This record gives sequence, C-alpha cells and structure tokens, in this order.
Amino acid sequence: MASGSSKTAKLAVRAAGKVYRTASGNLTALDDCSLDVQESGIVSIVGPSGCGKTTLLWSMSGLHSLTSGEIRLDGAPVTGPHPQIGIVFQEANLLPWRDLDANIRFPFEIKHQKPDMEWIRHLLRRVGLEGFGAKFPRELSGGMQQRAAIVRALALKPSVLLMDEPFGALDNFTREEMNRLVEEIWLDTRTTIVFITHSIEEAIFLSDRVVVLSPRPGRVAREFEIPFPRPRSAEVMATREVFDLTNAIKAEIVGKQKSLAGRWASGSQYEPQHAV
Amino acid sequence: MSGSDAIPEFRKARGEADEVGLTNMSVFASGSGARSAAEILAIIAVAVVIIGGAEIALRVFHVPSYILPAPSAIAWALYTDFPLILPHLYYTLVELISGFAIGSLVGLVMAAVITQFPFAEKIVAPYILLLVTTPMLALVPLLILRFGFGYEPRIIAVALAAGPMVMINAATGFRRVDTAKIALARSYGASTLQIFWKVRAPMALPMILVGLMIGAIFGLLTAVGAEMVGGGFGLGNRLTTYSSMIQMPQFFAVVIILSTLGILIYVLFYLIGKKWASWEA
Repeated sequence: MASGSSKTAKLAVRAAGKVYRTASGNLTALDDCSLDVQESGIVSIVGPSGCGKTTLLWSMSGLHSLTSGEIRLDGAPVTGPHPQIGIVFQEANLLPWRDLDANIRFPFEIKHQKPDMEWIRHLLRRVGLEGFGAKFPRELSGGMQQRAAIVRALALKPSVLLMDEPFGALDNFTREEMNRLVEEIWLDTRTTIVFITHSIEEAIFLSDRVVVLSPRPGRVAREFEIPFPRPRSAEVMATREVFDLTNAIKAEIVGKQKSLAGRWASGSQYEPQHAV
Repeated sequence: MSGSDAIPEFRKARGEADEVGLTNMSVFASGSGARSAAEILAIIAVAVVIIGGAEIALRVFHVPSYILPAPSAIAWALYTDFPLILPHLYYTLVELISGFAIGSLVGLVMAAVITQFPFAEKIVAPYILLLVTTPMLALVPLLILRFGFGYEPRIIAVALAAGPMVMINAATGFRRVDTAKIALARSYGASTLQIFWKVRAPMALPMILVGLMIGAIFGLLTAVGAEMVGGGFGLGNRLTTYSSMIQMPQFFAVVIILSTLGILIYVLFYLIGKKWASWEA
C-alpha cells in the first residue's frame, strides 16, 4: 500500500508547480508537489487554509494548467478536462434553473450522449433521491443537493472522482451521513477518489491515505496511512488509534503554521477565498 | 480556455457589486407577488375611496370639466369614444412593438458580444451610459426632419430608447459569471458556445427580463412622446389634440389607456419572469 511507483498509480502528480499571476505579483500556490493515488484508493488531502488544495484538485481535473510538472492518469498526461475524471464541487454547484433530472442530464447534453437511465436510476436510489427528479435545487436541503451533485458526477461512470470539500457547508450530522454514503458508493463502485477536506475526522473515516499539504506554496508535508478495515464503524472511529492519528495529523498541520493554531483550536473549517 | 487560469473562487458570483446600478431591482422577487385576499380587498378599497372621493369633491365644489373632469365623465368618454381612439391605440402599438423588437434584439446581441470582451466593454461603457441617460425624445424633431411624419421616426426613437435599457441590464446578467458553474461545464468538455447557451444565458435571463420590461416601458414613453411632437396619429397625438380642444374627459380616457398599457407590459414580463426565472427568488 505504500506510495508505489508511477507504474501502478491510477493518478500521479509529478513535481506539480502552479504560479498565479495576480495584480499584486506572483502567487506560488503549488511547488514541487508530488503524490500518487492508487487504483480504487481513497486519498484525502488536508492542509491549512489557502495551501493550494483546491488548486491541486483543479489541476488534477485538467481544469487548470500547471506551471510546471504534470498530472498523469493511467500513465498518460492530463492536459484538459478528461472524460474519465468526475468532479464534485464545493456547495453542490447545481444549476438553479434546472430541476434535478435536468441537472443530472446536463453532462450528457454537453457531450451529446444518451444518458444511461438505468444507471442513473440506480444511483438516485442509492443516494435516496428517487422521486425528487422534478424538484429544483432550492427546494432541496444542502445534503440532498450534494447527493444530487454526486449522482451527476457518477452518472458518466468516471474512473476517478475528485471531491473538492464537498461537505464543507453541511452540518456535522449531515456530513457524517454523506461520509457513510461516499463509503457505500465506493464499496459499490471502487471508484478512485481524491477528497479534499478540512475535517481530519472525515479524512480518516474515508481514506486509505491522508496527505497533509504544507502552507503555501503547497507541497506534500507528510502522508498518513489509515489502516482500519471498511466499513468503518462508529466503534472503530472512537478507538484510541483514531484519536492518536487525528492528533498526529492535526499536529502536522498546525505545526507548520503556529500562528494559526488558534484558528484550528476554534474549529474553523471555513476556507476563505484564495486571498492574495 | 480563456479564464481557465483564474484563481478558483466559489462562494460568490462575480460582477454584482460593480454594476452601473441603474436598474438592479428585483422586480421578480417579491413586490407584487402573492397577495392575500385581504390585501387585494384593501387595494380595491383604496381605489374606491380615491375615485369616489374625487367624484364627490368635484361635484360638490362644481369644478368645471375643463379643469378636472369627474371620474364618471372620464369613464363615459372612455366608453363612447373608445372606437375613435382604437385606431390610434393600434398605431401606437405598431410603433411600440416594432421599435421594441428592433431595439431589444440589437441590445441583447450587443450585450452578449460585448461582455465576452472585458477590454472592449470598458471602452464602450461610457457611451452606453450616454445612450441610456440621453432622453431619445430629444432626437425626435431631427428624426422627423429626416424621415417625415410617418412611422419611421417613431419606431427609430422607440428602438433607441428601448435598446440601451435592454443592453445595460442584459450585460449585467451576462457578467454574472459563476466560476464554479462554468468550471462544471468545462469539466465535461463544453465549448464556449455551449457554455454561453447552457450556463451564461440562463443565468442572465432574470436580468434580461428586467431589461426587456424597462425597455418596453421606456419604449411606450418614447412612442407617446414622439407622437406628441408631430404627425397626425397615435395616442400621443390624441393627447395633444384633445387637450387643445379642451376635451378633458377624452384626454383622461387616453391617459387611462396608456396606464393600462404600462401595467399590461409589467404584468406580461412579471408572468414571463415567474415562469422562466422564478429559480432566482
């Protein structure tokens, strides 16, 4: 399970660097950042606010070009949006003028493909959204919206699912429910998942491996293997090992930026804009 | 791939604070939305009190009709003279609809194009503002000089009045770029054209409707004004004619027709907005 060679990696980030040119000068978001995601693995990326997590994920998705380095999917460089890569964005990102069915149809309209209705119905059943097809996003709760977004992303049967702080805006109970749902879906589909989060608990619950990014410019500070078997029950999550692991990860993040320790202590999980 | 290198930004749609905030009113939000029966009754009661009160006051104080005709006289004139006014209503509608169609089409296309080029937009913005703020009625004498007393100068004036209104509001709508939604479309490999039709345009629709409504009302205003300047037909012409002949009940009958037209325009766009843009509430 240890970070293998690039041959076996499903998704490989190689010496990724990203510099934004802004009005007030250059901003290095990523610098020499490398990591591997194994086939059917779940890797969470955590790190202090503004450390380039989202930049890294957008680069993996091909939405962003890198300034240096490269992203490889199954060994081939990713240069743009890729059909095998699905994305779940922050705050569901449904189109408010479309009902749920039309939102899930959206990717197929763009691609001029016929939606696989059987599969979509299966997914909707899976996430408990059967019969909500005619509802508009504003009529759904935050959790339901995010579940719809997951269905939309999985409808195209991607082999890699990138999730960008998908549950950051949800309350804790809904978040735990969504985490169990992601686990179930993963047990079902074995889709490779890269998961960005601010919640260490969420990261440990979901992942094979938790990657801690350093403060800007983001690079891999440390990787933690999460050895617990799945499905991970509440009992497992309450064990001493999980507690110790949580503290170790927290120390890794906080240690890198002592001045912000207070913010972590107060439980701030809200990442502001990539402020410059 | 333009804009692909922007720093990802999620929690706000860009371009809302820095608008030329002339018309950023949320007509479709609440306003004249759902009202209870009691509220409707109260509105009718106010009308009854005002109209009834005016009727009584004008009769009690023997106000002559050429100063202010009683509501009953106006209603009677509206009833008896309506067949005489009807052709003029038709002329005004022709001017309004054709001028508005031309103006709003040009305005929409220009808004869609100009917002794709932020640099060009910055250059053009002051001139657009000039077009919006200049009362196009001022050009009517010139237009009449050039095009005569027919439909043309009026249609042109209506188009000039409605177009910039539509454009400035539609541009506000098109500028409401939501990076995350565009990224979503791009992640599925959407082309620029697909992004326009499937993301930008629907997102702009509420503001487009606001622009169309304001444009139509400005168009009505300009059509009537242009008719008052010259040419022997149209509701504006009726206003000048009736007032010069001191036929005040008929004059007010025309005013009532004009307010009804205005209200109908509002209701029309309100209903369209409710049907197609109610997602933004």
